Amino acid sequence: MTATAPRGVVGRPWRKVDALGSATGRAVYADDMYLPGMLIGKQLHSIHAHALIRGIDTSQAEALDGVHAVLTGADLPVAYGIFPVSQDEHALAVERVRYVGEPVVAVAAVDEETAERALALVEVVYEPLPEVTTYEAALAEDGPRIHGEGTGANIHRSNAFEFGDVAEGFSVADHVREDVLFYSGNNHAAMEQHAAVAEMGSDGRLTLWTSTQVPHYVHRTLEKVLEMPAGHIRVIAPAVGGGFGGKTDPFSHEITASKLAMVTGRPVKITLTREEVFYAHRGRHPVLMWVRTGFTADGRITAMHFRSLLDGGAYGSYGAATTLYTGALQTTTYRIPAYRFEGVRVFTNKPPCGPKRGHGTPQPRFALEVHLDKAADDLGIDPVELRLRNAVEPFSETVNHLRITSSGLRECIEEVTRASGFAEQRGKLPRGRGLGFAIGAYMSGAGLPIYWNDMPQSEVQLKVDRGGGVTVYSMAADVGQGSTSVLAAIVAEVLGLEAADLSLVTADTDLTPIDLGSYSSRVTFMAGNAALEAATKLRAMVFDAVAAHLEVPADSLVAAERRVGVDGDPERSVPWSEAVRLAAAAFGPLTASGAYTPPDLAGPYKGSGVGPSPAYSYSACVAAVACDPETGVVAVEKVWMAHDVGRSINPLLVEGQIEGSVHMALGEVFSEEQAFRGGMHIGPSLLDYKIPSILEMPPVESILIETVDPEGPFGAKEAGQGPLLPVLPAIANAIHDALGIRVDELPITPWKVLQAVRDLERGGDGRVGPAGLPDVPFREPLRVELPQQWQEVAAP
Amino acid sequence: MRLPPFTFLEPATLAEATKMLADQGPAATTVAGGTDLYPNLKRRQSSPKTLVSLRRVDGLRGIRANGSGTTIGATTTLGEVAAAEVLPGAIRDAAGFVSSPQIRNVGTIGGNLCVDTRCDYINQNEEWRRAVDFCLKDRGEICWVAPRSSHCWAVSSTDIAPVAIALEAEIRLASVGGERVIPAEALYRDDGIEWLTRAPDEILTEIVVPGGNGMRATYRKVRRRGTIDFPILGVAVAVDVDGGGECTSARIVLGAIASAPVRASEAEEFLAGKRLSDEVIEETARLAGKAARPQDNTDLNSRYRKRMVPVEVGRALRSLA
Ligand SMILES: Cc1cc2nc3c(=O)[nH]c(=O)nc-3n(C[C@H](O)[C@H](O)[C@H](O)COP(=O)(O)OP(=O)(O)OC[C@H]3O[C@@H](n4cnc5c(N)ncnc54)[C@H](O)[C@@H]3O)c2cc1C
Repeated sequence: MTATAPRGVVGRPWRKVDALGSATGRAVYADDMYLPGMLIGKQLHSIHAHALIRGIDTSQAEALDGVHAVLTGADLPVAYGIFPVSQDEHALAVERVRYVGEPVVAVAAVDEETAERALALVEVVYEPLPEVTTYEAALAEDGPRIHGEGTGANIHRSNAFEFGDVAEGFSVADHVREDVLFYSGNNHAAMEQHAAVAEMGSDGRLTLWTSTQVPHYVHRTLEKVLEMPAGHIRVIAPAVGGGFGGKTDPFSHEITASKLAMVTGRPVKITLTREEVFYAHRGRHPVLMWVRTGFTADGRITAMHFRSLLDGGAYGSYGAATTLYTGALQTTTYRIPAYRFEGVRVFTNKPPCGPKRGHGTPQPRFALEVHLDKAADDLGIDPVELRLRNAVEPFSETVNHLRITSSGLRECIEEVTRASGFAEQRGKLPRGRGLGFAIGAYMSGAGLPIYWNDMPQSEVQLKVDRGGGVTVYSMAADVGQGSTSVLAAIVAEVLGLEAADLSLVTADTDLTPIDLGSYSSRVTFMAGNAALEAATKLRAMVFDAVAAHLEVPADSLVAAERRVGVDGDPERSVPWSEAVRLAAAAFGPLTASGAYTPPDLAGPYKGSGVGPSPAYSYSACVAAVACDPETGVVAVEKVWMAHDVGRSINPLLVEGQIEGSVHMALGEVFSEEQAFRGGMHIGPSLLDYKIPSILEMPPVESILIETVDPEGPFGAKEAGQGPLLPVLPAIANAIHDALGIRVDELPITPWKVLQAVRDLERGGDGRVGPAGLPDVPFREPLRVELPQQWQEVAAP
Repeated sequence: MRLPPFTFLEPATLAEATKMLADQGPAATTVAGGTDLYPNLKRRQSSPKTLVSLRRVDGLRGIRANGSGTTIGATTTLGEVAAAEVLPGAIRDAAGFVSSPQIRNVGTIGGNLCVDTRCDYINQNEEWRRAVDFCLKDRGEICWVAPRSSHCWAVSSTDIAPVAIALEAEIRLASVGGERVIPAEALYRDDGIEWLTRAPDEILTEIVVPGGNGMRATYRKVRRRGTIDFPILGVAVAVDVDGGGECTSARIVLGAIASAPVRASEAEEFLAGKRLSDEVIEETARLAGKAARPQDNTDLNSRYRKRMVPVEVGRALRSLA
């Protein structure tokens, strides 16, 4: 939906509506809640990576003074999972445990100490099974199966597609290059640990306050697992201290807190410890990738073949989508006339992986951008020029049937290279210093919902009180990114108000209309469009009433600066509060609602549901590094990021997302790793898990490119995930510029840098990284018909 | 995570404190800032019955210069040490490198000198350690770092100790039986479980840093991030240089590579009587590298830490040349 050019709050930098609450500590997070009579819940976890549960004796725990209830898997027998195809989890393990840290028993007691003492009294008898923790073990035909009985390969998902004739594409290539890269897994490490408080009302209705990005999906899961009508359950997301995809699954503690509240009749709170957050995980999948690309001598891509092998951990989670995402978006930045993708996700006895900022796309983006940097070297073409020669054009369609609308890719590339002096400096800095370049693209919301339905993905309602106050209702959960502020800005802009004039009611399944949640960068675009529609409808009513009052045509009116009146004629206007009184007198209840349903964008093949989005954001990044060849330490000195956000509803928030993305990328590229010894996490704490500190954080120069997308609210697209993508490869490419080495395996530790430097000094190629993929039984690709546009190209 | 239950005693004088420790026996532990002890208790690395807090003990906090050097009271915070202009730069730097500003506001120098040894297999919560199975340092039978070892390899992780040794500082210990003063080096034992020679009823009351004419010293720290992280290698170097520019003696002390700070004696001996030329620095650094035999039980790997010893010793010496 389009709208006229903004003149009010949209486009202005201003403080988030909830900023003062967060900054002063007044925001109420789930763990801040204390209800009368509240009990504390705690969970006991598996100490085995893979074992059968032979018996659980909870009698001593139940007998302990102060213990109100003890639950085991038998109390919550219904399986669930975020994806309809992966209903493979239980709130508490049933018969079998599949990773160290998996919840097995839950207690509710008068306080945390008593709950801990109770757990120490629980006896679980395990029969250990062989554990599967590597790709090789997971793929072995004669190894144990993690799901199901007996032996066999632990393949969770396997997808393969071919668009266009890849063999033909390679045969006409002048140069073909292959690379193998590894992207390690990592955790979201949101500042706020997950927490949930459940209360069973005397009316038999359950309320759950939980730190979640997706109240709706939690609601659906509770309905299923608790076997209660959805209408008797209310899920509320209070203030949420960061999510990054780590709070988009329904979690064990949400279900067990609810069940404990039902059993005890008292409110129950469960707050995860940091260790438990690392076990609940759902973080970035480790992905081993192989990519082969054909080029003409002048650097045009003729074909690409991409393979990914994902280590999914013990359960499905979002893995069905993640697998597809590792192959879906390569074509959104580069014009690839023939493309083949093969992806396999295996189960292992480790905490389940899921979606993290960029969901399945940072891994292939890292591989692709490093691969292209190397190809540019092979071809003797400037790496920026190579990208420009293959850049996807706006308003085009990719070979895998993705519809591209607005794209500021070229402007991003031009602006970021200009600002950073890339052309002048790359390859010319003293040894140890270097510049690297990369690009990326991301979706403004997944075109398809997680469970199939043809209802709107977002709805927003507005209600006006008699003093002119406007209340905005939306289920979108603000997880710190500022989504509520974005909705406020859109409504305020349309109605000519300030954000402070609005009352914002969000993320409450009783009070607010549907929004699928804060994931896939969808809220600004989708809930934003719903808010825009609702506000536009409300304004139309107000305009009609004011037009009648002023005796002017409604289309001559504007709403601005808390007044409604004739554009350019302040004499003929009324204050907003008067305008709504006129409208209420004319129309009765002053409410309006809006909805957003994405256009049907799926391609003509099974598996095409992942990748389509109503619009894509584009980014280009340059990183400057200083490397110490004796210690292997790499410091990032500066990052430049140009991001095509369509329209920045609030530039401050967009810059915040860019800076946060750079910080997160810095951790993923150098030091953050969800690492294991066998099935044991090597250090599930924030001391061992190395998030970069403020001292490692370089200055970031953000350049906002506005392409005004035809379908985005005021032209806006996403900003929350896309800017992460190019940072990692830009840094890896900068290290190559600095030292001539290639570390094709994350994280890039000082030790790996030293090994690569030493290898180069000894006449090697200066590369550290994986040699290849193990034997993966990729399936025969589904050959997909080319889009119309491409059939014409292919025709002689 | 919650603390285990304990009795908390807050003596007002040193005499009271030493008496409490003597009365309680080994079931009691001293605590100063608690920045090391409390996290370890939350992880149930130990569960002392009684804690004797030194925070309110009179006269233990503060920095006093005297004729021959400077005395630092045990409960002086690291922040105060880092800011004290009367102290040698090396010790101020070391204090300033410890963890984060918040911890330096609370953590003390006495606590730092006595800080528990650390290991990837011990600094984990109880459930994690139960899953792997407990180790020698707490309740277990095995060292997971070196499974055939009968000895615990947990790492001395104090930033101050290497500098204190390099500066030839002395430590004063008090108990009901009286006081003794020992060289800083004599406080440590290369044993991850019994890492101090301090008797359980002794309180470290102060550290005396000598003045040192012509002494140049520096401290370098290797860790992943510029803040928060413990050292995975600390290098303290002090050289006594005569009027002619010759090193009359040197102390090169390596931290965080063994259960006690390690003297690179061969390197020290080589350096004595020589000028800090490039060649001498390089050879000294190489010899210092031989003294280091780190295990794989901290962040990054042991080969990296070993490789960094000559690099960091070389850089330390060059900064003193
Ligand atoms: C996140 C984090 C990072 C850290 N990083 C570092 C680091 O980089 N470098 C580093 O060196 N340390 C580090 N520490 C450890 C610790 O904070 C410091 O060593 C601090 O100086 C300890 O002082 P404290 O007063 O808090 O010690 P406490 O915790 O009070 O005591 C530590 C130990 O010393 C004993 N003790 C304390 N005072 C005395 C005394 N006067 N006489 C006898 N025994 C005594 C206690 O019984 C206890 O065993 C870190 C800690 C944390 C939590």
